[in-house]
Amino acid sequence: MAESNVKVLGTWASPFVMRVKIALHLKSVSYEDVEEDLLAPKSELLLKSNPVYKKIPVFFHAHNPICESLIILQYIDEVWTTSASSILPSDPYERSQSRFWAAYVDDKFFPALRRLLIGATEEDKKAALAEVVEGTVVLEGAFGELSKGKAFFGGDNIGFVDIALGSLLGWIEVIGKQCETKLVSEAKTPRLVQWADCFSAHEAVKDVLPDVDKLADFGLKLRAKILKALAPTN
Amino acid sequence: MAKSDAEVKVLGTWASPFVMRVRISLNIKSVAYEFLQERLWEGKSELLLKSNPVHRKVPVLIHGDDTICESLIIVQYIDEVWPSAPILPSDPHERATARFWAAYLDDKWFPSLRAIGMAEGEDARKAAIGQVEEGLMLLEEAFGKCSQGQAFFGKDQIGYLDITFGCFLGWLRVTEKMSGIKLLNEINTPALLKWANRFCNDAAVKDVMPETEKLAEFAKMLRGRVRATPKS
Repeated sequence: MAESNVKVLGTWASPFVMRVKIALHLKSVSYEDVEEDLLAPKSELLLKSNPVYKKIPVFFHAHNPICESLIILQYIDEVWTTSASSILPSDPYERSQSRFWAAYVDDKFFPALRRLLIGATEEDKKAALAEVVEGTVVLEGAFGELSKGKAFFGGDNIGFVDIALGSLLGWIEVIGKQCETKLVSEAKTPRLVQWADCFSAHEAVKDVLPDVDKLADFGLKLRAKILKALAPTN
Repeated sequence: MAKSDAEVKVLGTWASPFVMRVRISLNIKSVAYEFLQERLWEGKSELLLKSNPVHRKVPVLIHGDDTICESLIIVQYIDEVWPSAPILPSDPHERATARFWAAYLDDKWFPSLRAIGMAEGEDARKAAIGQVEEGLMLLEEAFGKCSQGQAFFGKDQIGYLDITFGCFLGWLRVTEKMSGIKLLNEINTPALLKWANRFCNDAAVKDVMPETEKLAEFAKMLRGRVRATPKS
């Protein structure tokens, strides 16, 4: 269904923006893709549509902006309701489990991953690496519980947790290469390794996940920008 | 037996705003529950460690054989299992707005409130207070938009955002008492000031909201313990 009033303000490199695009692909909703340059000053549109956080993604539907990727996902799921492409499960307990693990990805796993990317000292990186690896083991356990033997956290089809975690796969690979470690390893997380392949190959996902080399190059520039901003000024 | 008839237990403490959210939600739905009080300063119970191994925090909702953690996730669960007297709005855009401000309160505003109590030095204290006041102005504006002239963020009844924000009022009042500053006031936040009283007097809230005095004493005790803990 072509929607002329659906817009995504974001960037190709952001996992949070990727989540929104994957959700729209799942629902077969077409949208206008507006690119924000993360290495440049923030655009007027961004500052106006997300004055509280000034961050992407911003999702526009009928001119109303909605911010925060997981909130956008739930909005998309509630507006475009076809059970074939449901993002959250229908059972309240299963929904609570999906929300719990998506929140874990954002509140615990992603911050550790980010610290590993921008870690200034060897000590910082070592501590962050330990946390990230621990996180993958916890998520391997969650996958066992939620998938119930099927291919995805969402069962037969990709769902809320798949999208939340899967959108990070490009960065997980880039950061892993930087640290010369496979962050999602066969040894500790065999099910996640398989899941990652299935997720990346999914129809709704494959055109959204970025090229890893392009992302690695961008990662270096982003890291430099962040470290410069954090450096004390005299 | 329908799932909604299974036994309900809430694992928590009387002082936690996050636990209060769960209790208020159950009250709104007229769902009876057993309140299992943790004595967190004495160490975490076996039940807590077993039912929330990931975060080891209260609240935990135990419903029949299922356990649910994280206060806002629990509130949404309660709203979905017992659909009468809805907590979240029905319109998707209004739901997104309520979720946005709830996340803002948890991720930005409440940490800034706590930062006032932990600030060392007058400059740090002033900066922390400034941040909280700035947040309250945003929330005053949000209240105008969400309430549409009615009594609550949820319009004519308390809803998701009322519960999320309202549960922080106890700690807000303790902070006001300890800092001597009226964070909610007639000049900057007149609508929120009135809303706060209405919220605290709501039938689903008043027996669960702790008295400011009791909370202030508890805060002093906690601070004493934190300072007494040797730093390694």
